[in-house]
Amino acid sequence: MTGARRQRKEPKKSVAVSLLSRFAAAPHVVWSVLFILIPLVFVAYYSFTDRDFHFTFENIAAFFTPKYLQILWRSVKLALIATAVCLLIGYPAAYYIARADAKRQKILIMLIMLPMWMNFLIRTYAWMVILQDTGILNSALGTVGIGPLKLMYTEGAVVLGMVYDYLPYMIMPIYSVMVKLDPRLVEAAYDLGCTPVQVIRKVVIPQSIPGVVSGVMMVFVPSISTFYISQKLGGGNFYLIGDAIETQVYTANNLHMAAAISLVLMIILLAGMFVMNRFSDDSAGGGLIP
Amino acid sequence: MEHGAEKIIVLQNIVKSFDGEQILKSINLEIRDKEFVTLLGPSGCGKTTTLRIIGGFETPDSGHVFFDGKIVNDVPPYKRPVNTVFQKYALFQHLNVFENIAFGPRLRGEKGAALTAKVHEMLEIVNLKGFEKRSISTLSGGQQQRVAIARALINHPRVLLLDEPLGALDLKLRKDMQIELKNIQQRTGITFVYVTHDQEEALSMSDTVVVMDNGEIQQIGTPQDIYNEPTNAFVADFIGESNILDGQMLDDYYVAFSGKRFRCLDAGFAKNEPVDVVVRPEDVDVVSLERGMLTGVVSSVTFKGVHYEIIVDIGGFKWMIQTTDYVENGAAIGLYIEPDAIHVMKKSEFSGKFGDYSSFSDEMDHLSDVEETEEEE
Repeated sequence: MTGARRQRKEPKKSVAVSLLSRFAAAPHVVWSVLFILIPLVFVAYYSFTDRDFHFTFENIAAFFTPKYLQILWRSVKLALIATAVCLLIGYPAAYYIARADAKRQKILIMLIMLPMWMNFLIRTYAWMVILQDTGILNSALGTVGIGPLKLMYTEGAVVLGMVYDYLPYMIMPIYSVMVKLDPRLVEAAYDLGCTPVQVIRKVVIPQSIPGVVSGVMMVFVPSISTFYISQKLGGGNFYLIGDAIETQVYTANNLHMAAAISLVLMIILLAGMFVMNRFSDDSAGGGLIP
Repeated sequence: MEHGAEKIIVLQNIVKSFDGEQILKSINLEIRDKEFVTLLGPSGCGKTTTLRIIGGFETPDSGHVFFDGKIVNDVPPYKRPVNTVFQKYALFQHLNVFENIAFGPRLRGEKGAALTAKVHEMLEIVNLKGFEKRSISTLSGGQQQRVAIARALINHPRVLLLDEPLGALDLKLRKDMQIELKNIQQRTGITFVYVTHDQEEALSMSDTVVVMDNGEIQQIGTPQDIYNEPTNAFVADFIGESNILDGQMLDDYYVAFSGKRFRCLDAGFAKNEPVDVVVRPEDVDVVSLERGMLTGVVSSVTFKGVHYEIIVDIGGFKWMIQTTDYVENGAAIGLYIEPDAIHVMKKSEFSGKFGDYSSFSDEMDHLSDVEETEEEE
């Protein structure tokens, strides 16, 4: 009954509707041009000009010096570690949530999202309170006679900050793919002779690759360009590419150099995204990156 | 019966509930080796649950599942000599046709030229030669169904379970696949347990039909038995079209209904026992008023191609009759019924619920069909 009704109700596309749909896209187009395309043009323009707005390659060339390459390498390294940790924690978490019953799923998703409703600065400060030499964790350890351990201003603290802030971005896309995974596929795998472990290896993981690709991108990109976490939890010992951009803007007052660093970073990320998308090429949908 | 007498699967007093609702109420069923058995019934009758219990995807709340005489209640699916063709195919989208079919053998460590040959042989059986490298998303529904069948058959299961495998296909393709499936079953000698709500499919393919409703088996028999000798009003109504009348068994071989007395072939009822009488629409002859055993007025005529389907009002009860002769709407006609066209059944919980065509319309029939395919459990 539902099927027949549904077919009947499906509206015929009239001229009016198609006109409307064209106009409906207009705000989005205007928005994209104003706030995405034009700023990008400005970034490119600033990158290739000096303070007097004469054309130059100097800014770009300056990036490819040991100083910046070292910063880039450190950023890539920490972002990769953070992404890997997010994947290791996020994948099983997403799997577990997707398997839970509907009511439990809602609660778990809420809990995952909850920290994101709090300001990101406050969250980072909270970690400082926990990790400081006289912080909550060290006090607790002190009562059992351990420490104080040096937790703050370490690479570990920076990675921890990244993982804590960006983990939901890993869980959500993987969860959204997992929850759509047809339970009959799992049954089919059992039916054909898979043990429970083989079901995960041969069916669940391959089918969830689009979600993993989205999650990796959504954690890696903000991780590599963060500056606040590294300053607060790294205490300036782990100067990252985002910090370099911030320094150029606020301290050196050199928007041109800042633009050049941004542009190079953007190109590196685009290249990375291109490679990642190859992995999920013809797997049908589910991921957040088209 | 031409099949091996050996019972391969036995279900004994199977009970299963979901969320406090009893889906299966004591199912008892024996399936013989190399048999084509169809579980037939409307949506929600428990046929799919029965299949899933055989496949190991559900465990019964009580009762036993025997496989070759051994209880297998708690044996997981991957340890049963059973494979399943799922309703919506459940093919692995991340693998191509070859790898989908090779999935089972690869798990058992088969590889190389022997495996390739095996897959090719399967592709030949399901008429998909040359499709090895294709990705699943490029295949039509019928082709995907064939891959699903090949993926199951390559494991040489003792029993193949098929859950409404043709449900998503269009009518023409469905008919072709019915014939093909029957051929495959006969060639491979594998026991098929087939679930469908389509009575025509069940009648044309099966050795044995199991009619289910309300979590109970209503009748088990050959397609001919089920059609010609339905045990109750539900079976008579569900299988084909039926006029089901309130009657009274006057004596052996004599039954009264519609205010008349008829000769029939049924005996063994108590004297004057109230009964249900089934008369199939195709078994009634339209004759002149004088010759008619019953007379009535035609209230609707529908051309069906092979025949006309007419609704005849006889004393307020609407009969459906299929006739190749054209009759005018509103005409008064006579009906002639041979003794062997009358089937007498004991009264049951279904009595009075089916078999009157007063509310009959093609559209309603169509809508309820759609519902069944859409919302199968």
